[in-house]
Amino acid sequence: MDFQYNDEQKLLADSVERWLREKYSFETWRKLVATEQGFAPANWAEMAELGWLGVAVPEGMGGLGGGAVEQMIIMEGLGWGLVAEPYLWTAVVGKSLLELAGNPAQQALLAGLAEGKLQLAFAFAEPQARYDLHDVATTAKADGAGFMLSGKKIVVGNAATADWLVVVARTSGDQRDKSGISLFLVAANAPGVQRRDYRTVDHRRASDVTFDGVTLGADDVLGPKDAALPIVEEVADRAMAAMCAEAVGCMTVLHRDTLAYTKQRKQFGRAIADFQVLQHRMVDMMIALEQAKTMAIVANLKLGAAPKERARAVAAAKVQIGRSGRFVGQQAVQLHGGMGMSDELPVGHYMKRLMIIDTLFGSADHHQKRFASM
Amino acid sequence: MNLDYSADDEKFRAEVRGFVRANLPPAIAAKVATLEHLAKDDYVAWQKILHRQGWVAPNWPREYGGTGWTPTQRYIFDEECCLADAPHLSPFGLSMVGPVIYTFATPEQKAKYLPRILASDDWWCQGYSEPGSGSDLASLKTRAESDGDHYVVNGHKIWTTQAHFANMMFCLVRTDPAAKPQEGISFILIDMATPGITVRPIVTIDEGHSINEVFLDNVRVPKANLIGKEGRGWTYAKFLLGNERTGIAAVADSKRRVLRLKELARGELCDGRPLIDDGTFRDKLAAVEIDLMSLEYTNLRVLADEQGGRGPGPEASMLKIKGSEIQQTINELAVEALGYYASPYEMPQPGSNLPPLGPANARGLVGTHLYLRAATIYGGSNEIQRNVIAKMVLGL
Repeated sequence: MDFQYNDEQKLLADSVERWLREKYSFETWRKLVATEQGFAPANWAEMAELGWLGVAVPEGMGGLGGGAVEQMIIMEGLGWGLVAEPYLWTAVVGKSLLELAGNPAQQALLAGLAEGKLQLAFAFAEPQARYDLHDVATTAKADGAGFMLSGKKIVVGNAATADWLVVVARTSGDQRDKSGISLFLVAANAPGVQRRDYRTVDHRRASDVTFDGVTLGADDVLGPKDAALPIVEEVADRAMAAMCAEAVGCMTVLHRDTLAYTKQRKQFGRAIADFQVLQHRMVDMMIALEQAKTMAIVANLKLGAAPKERARAVAAAKVQIGRSGRFVGQQAVQLHGGMGMSDELPVGHYMKRLMIIDTLFGSADHHQKRFASM
Repeated sequence: MNLDYSADDEKFRAEVRGFVRANLPPAIAAKVATLEHLAKDDYVAWQKILHRQGWVAPNWPREYGGTGWTPTQRYIFDEECCLADAPHLSPFGLSMVGPVIYTFATPEQKAKYLPRILASDDWWCQGYSEPGSGSDLASLKTRAESDGDHYVVNGHKIWTTQAHFANMMFCLVRTDPAAKPQEGISFILIDMATPGITVRPIVTIDEGHSINEVFLDNVRVPKANLIGKEGRGWTYAKFLLGNERTGIAAVADSKRRVLRLKELARGELCDGRPLIDDGTFRDKLAAVEIDLMSLEYTNLRVLADEQGGRGPGPEASMLKIKGSEIQQTINELAVEALGYYASPYEMPQPGSNLPPLGPANARGLVGTHLYLRAATIYGGSNEIQRNVIAKMVLGL
């Protein structure tokens, strides 16, 4: 076993840290998330320049051919910086969908993705489905040589910026059948695609997207028709592993800031960090963070394992990250006292990001049940 | 021993329920039900309705305008108001400064302020916490210097709830910098229209505005606004904090939220079935309901002691600790029940006819969950409450 980064990975981690320090202060973040788009296209271009967007795109497809560890390093950094740029949706989820399911023509999009010229969104969640990836009411019915897409997807991250939406739709079977599910690559501006855009509680952007008889060609199918669920599950696992790393970044900042605050905040004539009850709390926060850190590594390194082993590791990590994230986030606010309740401090914003990470692709409870069933 | 409410209590409950149903404006109840922020006018409207009925100050002695109800009846009244989605009355006049005034103030001060509190003609806020004085309130630094028949007040108060609604503030100030921390503090009443007062909003993590900073810059306060004796402010402040215990556990509010949570969970799906039938969710719901049931009867037991003349002592800290933790747990469960619809967080645009994103009150539930992180911080953090019990109850 080896839990160390190699030399190239260390360089990447350093470059991520340097970029965040120089370009992404909390004050910069505040201004950025208040803009209509919610992130800076200039930052996106820099991420492309730095090779982050294509870090895990195969070398033959315009990327650097890195793997889960490289992506984990970047995602952890994005967690430290609370980075609002839609890296997860395009460079992790969109990239994985094209890579795992795309035909050569579809995979050709990866080069543009790595160059920062292309944004993607993944339209999978539905109002009735909660966190079940196979609960799909959106239908793509055979229509001549192609399909007619109808249905509603909710809380689709990055939909407003995306050039392409990858849509999970049912091509056969009943709403909760595990077979009969297909993926479609849909142009975001295709006739019949309607978005309702909004801001989320963690200041990101998402949309409810309605497909009202969208006409698709036979070559718009992404991956195997009727049998795409395993791909959806693998991509979800990759997304969760990436988010686990992001959550570790968030928790690291919260723990560090809480330690710093309690050391300088004086009450009753001494720093409140002197009080044993608060010391023990911060120790418990550290333990929660370390457990999360470990499981983020486990999840990412198991992404290449057999589906069952991969799924088990990712489910376990998502549970650990959900529980750790809640505890660290809430206790960071608590130990900051009234200051922790202020919108002007970073602490509440990190807590909210951790809260949303717990919902994305399924909460701790959901994945605990999934783990128990495996 | 007997766990039943008496026949008189049940009769009283029916009377309260009938009155609230007939008189609570539906538009206000609807806002409370969907967890919207209320306007000052909404609060005042409901307070005036209760005032006309003579029910606005159940915790006051009869001679000053109280109702003469038993603690149990007061509890029933709170519960009925809460279940009907009546707004929480602002506690700063009715529960906090009012009792200090009728207990420690001069006859002139009583005549001047008490009727205006009852009629909701004054809106009060509490000038206690300062940037350097939170849990350690006695270290407060706001100075009041004597200048003829006035004090000149300089300082900085923080976390001042509803200061932007208030026209009056009761304020702890240091009148004797040389005395021991607790002994140099006085309790004064400040008209918020006095020159030199600046109220600055603090936006909280739910993106709402209910708390403020208050800057006091050479604010001239008549000495006639001193309550009791100079230098005794700490005693009055402690009296104030110890006085109102009926509502501290927030049992009525939590019971209502459990009911609403069940409604939500019946409408949401999990594994293709109603969420309320999901084993994991049911276990968590049952756990918090049991905790709440224990707290409800513990609260009633404390009230019964109070009725028997044994006032609630520092044990009341227990009600605050459990009450706030239960509030947080229930609201967290509500956010979990929302699934992906815990994410969208935009205020509905005025005049918009777009349907809500997800369940109608989703944004309110998320906002309430976030704001309630403060429940274990405000009013003496739960860490401080545990210290109080350790010291005062366990003698440690």
